[in-house]
Amino acid sequence: MKMRFRLVSVSAPIIALTISFGLSSLILLIIGKDPYETFKIMFEYGIRGKSIVSIINRSIPLYISAIAVAVGFKMGLFNIGVEGQYLMGSLVAAYIGAQFSIITPLHILFIIIVAVATSSLWAAIAGYLKVEKGIHEVISTIMLNYIGTGLIAYSLTTIFDEPNSNYDLPRTKELPETGKMPPLNKFFNIEDLQDLHGFLVIAVLVGIFYYWLVWKTTLGFDLRITGSNPIAAKFSGINPNKLVVIAMITSGGFAGLVGLGPLLGYFHRYTIDFPTGLGFAGIGVALLGRNHPFGMAVGALLFAFLQRSAQILDLNDVPKEIEQMMQAFILLIVVVFYEVIRRFIVKQQVKDASKRSDE
Amino acid sequence: MKLAINIENITKTYPGVLANSDVSIKVKSGDIHAIVGENGAGKSTLMKILYGMVKPDSGNIEIFENKANMSSPKDSINLGIGMVHQHFMLAKNLTVLENIILGIDRPFLKNIKLSKYKTEIQKVMELYSLNIDLNQYVDELSVGEKQRVEIIKVLYRGAKILILDEPTAVLVPQEVKDLFKNLKDLKNNGVTVLFISHKLDEVLEIADEISVMRSGQMIDTVLNDNVSKTQLAEMMIGKSLPTPPARLTSTDEEVILKVENLKSNDENGRTIFEDVSFEVHKSEILGIAGVEGNGQKEVVEAIIGIQALDSGKVIFKNNDLEKQGTRERLESGISFIPEDRQLQAMIMEMDLTNNVIIGRQNIKKYKSSLGTVKMKNAVNESEKVISAFEVKTPGTSTLATALSGGNQQKFVVGRELEDDPSLLIASQPTRGIDIGAQALIWEKLRNSRDEGLSVLLISADLEELIGLSDRIIVFYQGKLVKEIEAENITPEDLGSYMTGLKK
Repeated sequence: MKMRFRLVSVSAPIIALTISFGLSSLILLIIGKDPYETFKIMFEYGIRGKSIVSIINRSIPLYISAIAVAVGFKMGLFNIGVEGQYLMGSLVAAYIGAQFSIITPLHILFIIIVAVATSSLWAAIAGYLKVEKGIHEVISTIMLNYIGTGLIAYSLTTIFDEPNSNYDLPRTKELPETGKMPPLNKFFNIEDLQDLHGFLVIAVLVGIFYYWLVWKTTLGFDLRITGSNPIAAKFSGINPNKLVVIAMITSGGFAGLVGLGPLLGYFHRYTIDFPTGLGFAGIGVALLGRNHPFGMAVGALLFAFLQRSAQILDLNDVPKEIEQMMQAFILLIVVVFYEVIRRFIVKQQVKDASKRSDE
Repeated sequence: MKLAINIENITKTYPGVLANSDVSIKVKSGDIHAIVGENGAGKSTLMKILYGMVKPDSGNIEIFENKANMSSPKDSINLGIGMVHQHFMLAKNLTVLENIILGIDRPFLKNIKLSKYKTEIQKVMELYSLNIDLNQYVDELSVGEKQRVEIIKVLYRGAKILILDEPTAVLVPQEVKDLFKNLKDLKNNGVTVLFISHKLDEVLEIADEISVMRSGQMIDTVLNDNVSKTQLAEMMIGKSLPTPPARLTSTDEEVILKVENLKSNDENGRTIFEDVSFEVHKSEILGIAGVEGNGQKEVVEAIIGIQALDSGKVIFKNNDLEKQGTRERLESGISFIPEDRQLQAMIMEMDLTNNVIIGRQNIKKYKSSLGTVKMKNAVNESEKVISAFEVKTPGTSTLATALSGGNQQKFVVGRELEDDPSLLIASQPTRGIDIGAQALIWEKLRNSRDEGLSVLLISADLEELIGLSDRIIVFYQGKLVKEIEAENITPEDLGSYMTGLKK
């Protein structure tokens, strides 16, 4: 696409951001708080060194989760089950990874493979149900989330619980030192701050891989044309059923990586307070970033920034729920403006093309 | 006599399609008036304009001799126009009564007075002699009964003009009889009926006047008594014939495509087509004639593997294609131009470079050994197609949706001819495009045929079919009823075979 169209495209999230700040200010005014002061506190807190590390750590799983969702979105498939998929993957990987010890790179690679395999298998169930039984993937993945949560709760207390533990709550055995991902603090020379998760590197690679897969490969081409016109896709020789299963497995595979940032970098075991909700948050980030690897990175960082900087609000007597409202405003408004801009670009192209025909 | 509808000079264009071109029609009050035409002739657009679903670019509409300006179905309903869609708009899990009053009454926190409505509706039913049990659930009704519910629904809302869109397409013969009886009762009670169809027998049975549309234009309106089925078929299909240009080469003996005893049923077990066998030779254009809905579209879709077969064989260059999916078939040298370019052939929101790849994603030209798309080749190929087929576009990065219909179609035809296929299946290759683009596509098809390409051509445009084909086969009611050399056929004869008059 031409440069001017790209510039127009970028304007949508900026407009959405501005409007949602405006709406949030309005709400702050209504509840009697000073919006300028509030945003100033949030911003100042959000750009502290400690906060920045925390923001990046938070954005890693958000970003990967968004990618998992986006793979499905690209072919018009709604994988709402990233939540259940990553939790299953994390639990099984945490358990198996803690059973032995090999050199760190291999150990981590092994854990990654286990997580990816578990999650994509769990996702494949939804793919199978859609293709063979005609069950819509939104229904099946939501149900699979519930089933997954139940399975996790049960198996964590029975099969996967750490044996002979003197800890009250169920949790898996801690990963051995070789299974922990070293932080990147040394590399960035920030050893005075808390750990910057090493999984950041993987997240960047995942982003690049996702871009390559969707925009450069033939499989990605098939995904995209099925997403925009399933009938033409079928006439072009694509087997839609096969593609649904492939897309579901791929999406689930990415989902498997969502929990590994926290697992390998901080928790080092699966516990009952292992972070949840990342799968759902990813849907919002994918929407905000328009399924684009760069857009989703910005989206993940933005949401992580809002979450982190909102933590200071309670201390200043401002309800921190304002942050969740802001996220929702941004999403709602951005969806509208993306559509407005898409129509504008089509109109411009029609104009250009008819000029050409008149010559 | 009073006019119920007077439409004057309606024109409606969609991006890339001229759907209605200067269409005028007069419908007398209390008549049953049929509009016939092939799929894509513009009937549906005209009805959507009349029902307020689509706004025309220009033209006037008068309803009961008052100027009307409707911008939504609500306006049309208020003017006394009711529409029964081909696909029923009924809530299955509600009763007939509930369906009929659905959307009329919007009580706020109070009960709907069902009994009040019931008596009112029964009055309407008595007036027009339409019978149905109002307490039955729609789910339990037959197709014919559901249609009756739709009609009652529309009449109860005060419709004086009833539009029926292909009402018999979903009915069995007995139900058609019942419907026609109902329509006559309606007529006797002063309701004007607008009946859209492409089934000529039915139209001749029921209509007082018949209007024929073709390629977005109103060809003529005739009285039922003054017209024969053959004449109608000619008007619908078009009869002026160009002299087919002399062939430069002769048809080769070699058989490229052979189909044997093809048979397929739909999910309800009704036969779509059966006993279909024919051959296409090298360097031959085989035309397929048939009024829409007679199985020919499904037969070609079976050849490329989209329509499932119950039995029969498709043999392409001596290979049985049974085990091959659509992708393998397309890659082994069959090209396909589907009848709907925007829905089936192109991705409208992608640019031309991406669109040139569609259908050929997996061939070496576009797929590297790493599994990536070779974009450079795609740019080159789309440039080639653009220049060879005179596609008017600012460049290869223009979205398909920005082009006019003729240019989209030239691009699709160019794409399908680009890789020197052995067989081209072309379904309505020039439907709804301008004359210039049509002439260019005809020329390209002839040239490719002369160079050895085999073509299977389906067209509703008899002029095109007879002018291009070497041989023509005719489908009627899912069967192949006739095979003729194109030189020896008159359009009158062809029309007779297509409508089952001659065997």
